[in-house]
Amino acid sequence: MGFPDRIERTVELAHPPARVWAALTTAEGLAGWFGNEAGIDLQPGGSAWMKWNEEGFTAQMRVERVEEPRVFGFTWHIYGLPDDDPRRTYVEFTLEPAAGGTRLTVVESGFAQLPDEAFGEAVDGNTKGWASELAELADYLDAA
Amino acid sequence: MPPDIEAIAEQVFVALADPSRRAILAALASGGPATATDLAGRLPITRQAIAKHLALLAEAGLVRAEPGERRRVRYRLRSAPMQVAQQFLAALARDWDSPLGALKDHLDRGAREPAAPPLHGTSRS
Repeated sequence: MGFPDRIERTVELAHPPARVWAALTTAEGLAGWFGNEAGIDLQPGGSAWMKWNEEGFTAQMRVERVEEPRVFGFTWHIYGLPDDDPRRTYVEFTLEPAAGGTRLTVVESGFAQLPDEAFGEAVDGNTKGWASELAELADYLDAA
Repeated sequence: MPPDIEAIAEQVFVALADPSRRAILAALASGGPATATDLAGRLPITRQAIAKHLALLAEAGLVRAEPGERRRVRYRLRSAPMQVAQQFLAALARDWDSPLGALKDHLDRGAREPAAPPLHGTSRS
């Protein structure tokens, strides 16, 4: 059946990396396109949140990587699992300067963690398992 | 041996593909642990068929039989496999296209114009 662990998207933005970086990593920026309200302590280990008023939903994030203006990563809860479930997915934004602006890639990984896997383990360094998922990912994306 | 996450999810989806088993799981989820006889009283399924489905569900780890006298064994839903299936659904339900579209619009609009109310999971224009 193919259990997708990783979701990847790339978009070309006609704006310099510094501007995209601000949209991704500041409370004002995040509240401008992602949530209705947001807060962020921009440092590894810092906490961040976004609130969607209409849905009455708040996402709590933990900032993991801050390499301005190239890489911003955070973890968050897997939607639908109980609040006390330790499993989280890792979201990483990569900004690359491109002709006329920025190439932004977002990768969210960790959907296929084992239930008893310790928090954090699936996030770092577990690239071997993902490599075999990439072919399936390609099929998944093609089908989408 | 670690559990095979895909095998666990598949068992959940196989179980859910059958309407009788869906009804049994739904009854256990909404009403709590029950015996095959209890379930036969609540569902339009014979006790024999229910017992067969419960045995299959127990084999797959989706329900657990609580110790008790024969015919009074109560079955309880096990949520762990459901949560594995939920992970799979979370991956399918994850929508990055809409937020990235919203980001693009947000940047293109510039800082001068007020932002429209952002909606999670729906595209904005």
